[in-house]
Amino acid sequence: MQGHFMKRVWDGRWGYIFIAPAMIPFLIFTGYPLIQGILLSFYNAGVNRDKWEYIGLKNYTNLLTRDPVFPIAIKNTFLFVLGVVPTAMIICLFVAVLIFPMSQRKQTFFRAAFYMPVVSAGVVLSMVWVYIYSQEYGLLNYILEATGILNLINGGEKIGWLAQTDTALVSLAIVVLSWSLGQPLILFLAGLAAIPEALYDAAKIDGANSWQAFWRITLPLLRPTILFVLVVTTIAVFQVFVVVQLMTLGGPANATQTIVYRIWVSAFTTFKFGYASAMAVILLAIVSVLAIIQFKLLDRQLT
Amino acid sequence: MGRTFINSDNSLTLEERRLQRRYLISRLLRYFALAVVIFFAIALFMPIIWMILGSFKIQRVALAYPPEFIPSNPTLENWIHLLVDRPSLQWLINSFIVAGGISLFGVITSTFAGYAFGKKEFPGRTILFWIILMTMMLPRQIYLIPLFVLMKNLGWFNSYQGMIAPYLVYPFGIFLMRQFMQSIPDELLEAGRMDGANELQLFWSIVVPLSRPAIGAIAIFGFMAGWNDYLWQLVMTTDESWMTLPVGISKLTASGVGSIDIGVGMAGATFAFIPMLLIFLLFQRHFIKGITVGALKG
Repeated sequence: MQGHFMKRVWDGRWGYIFIAPAMIPFLIFTGYPLIQGILLSFYNAGVNRDKWEYIGLKNYTNLLTRDPVFPIAIKNTFLFVLGVVPTAMIICLFVAVLIFPMSQRKQTFFRAAFYMPVVSAGVVLSMVWVYIYSQEYGLLNYILEATGILNLINGGEKIGWLAQTDTALVSLAIVVLSWSLGQPLILFLAGLAAIPEALYDAAKIDGANSWQAFWRITLPLLRPTILFVLVVTTIAVFQVFVVVQLMTLGGPANATQTIVYRIWVSAFTTFKFGYASAMAVILLAIVSVLAIIQFKLLDRQLT
Repeated sequence: MGRTFINSDNSLTLEERRLQRRYLISRLLRYFALAVVIFFAIALFMPIIWMILGSFKIQRVALAYPPEFIPSNPTLENWIHLLVDRPSLQWLINSFIVAGGISLFGVITSTFAGYAFGKKEFPGRTILFWIILMTMMLPRQIYLIPLFVLMKNLGWFNSYQGMIAPYLVYPFGIFLMRQFMQSIPDELLEAGRMDGANELQLFWSIVVPLSRPAIGAIAIFGFMAGWNDYLWQLVMTTDESWMTLPVGISKLTASGVGSIDIGVGMAGATFAFIPMLLIFLLFQRHFIKGITVGALKG
């Protein structure tokens, strides 16, 4: 048996050689730190290496019961995800189906528009939106006021989007939403292109209208794409950090604290590595569970 | 549709009227939906336009309410301040080096590993592949913290290698490459072997040229990912001259020296936006191809 195994190893030696350029850095800079990260969460670890001591689950219990901010951060992060992910999926699906029959040029225009925020990315968008959201001189309040909408929703008073606890999170979520639309849209368009025209023709002959065609043909065939987009977008939004860092710093009154922001504060400003690692592990657990749930949900109905 | 009926007196039957009404409604809905989408597209463009316009505003104009769309007294002051008083050109160069490095190493490691996972058989192949894939799914903060400590010990703060090192391996790239490699016909490789080529020659002269689309996609995505890697670059650079463009720009408004003019912030944001925009425009086709290659072959 062992000889047989060793033979397979020898036969596959080129395989090992080819994966070496990837595996070696991977082990050094990802694999090993990953294990360390999990281990660190069980330690009281600060800047001084000599003072690291094992404390078991203390970090976790402190985080969940004694930390005044972390539970709020978890809640806020969930709100972010629940707000942004379904909205992004629905919008992108809707837009994709709508612009798919259009000419290539029109499609390119829309694709570019929706991809623009993705290209800009976090820092650029955060800085502009702080300006747009400004209570006194922001563009948003101006547009709302000029169209009369401000009168309807706030009695004409200009809203402090980032300064009020009830609007801060939503304001950030909108920014995150804006850059979460580009990728799914392109993926949905690609997925739509992969559906054979013949299926729709057959459905038409059978007398189906476009709504039925959508539910019975388009959606089921898009399911793998939808699942992929769902999981990837969820993971991405869970790690929301830049907008908080640059727009609200977690305020006002902790209304926009998120998990990764707490990790950053803990690990890189107060250097409580163990504590922050525990936060990261909790994040990992949440994300993994959600991914599994999403797989189960969308795979089950594949029959 | 063959079911159109006209009465003997040339008026429309009930059937026909119902059909025509349905078409009208669905057409109206379609136009309405289109209007909504166009609204969205404009809403997504707006912040960028606003940002560019803002970069030419002096502070008084920037704070004006109602906001001025075309700034009165447009100025280049903000841009001059950005480019002269701040090391923004250095930031730009740093970003290019870091993003370029990540892109380059990502392509190299992904192509080699993708070939191995896609075409070679060896014990542990499946497990290793899944492990690498899993790391793509998990939040990076878990290994960023110990990496931070490692970097401190190596003295790699404020260095290019410090910012590139965690990204030498690009799991998404490996995934993409593997999918792509699997579609390369084995006969080609067999033919090459029969001609006497050794493994490396096979790889270099047959596999790599065939993988060009995937290489292009990985190069672009890797570059984008490296460019936008804010958290790690923020953490790795304490010296202003080592910062990458997004980090440096973000510090413009956050510096404790006293708040800067809004216009400078907008100029900075525009400055950080333009390179990515150019790359996107130049490589738009590769972008789209790359994303779809990944999704469809998955």
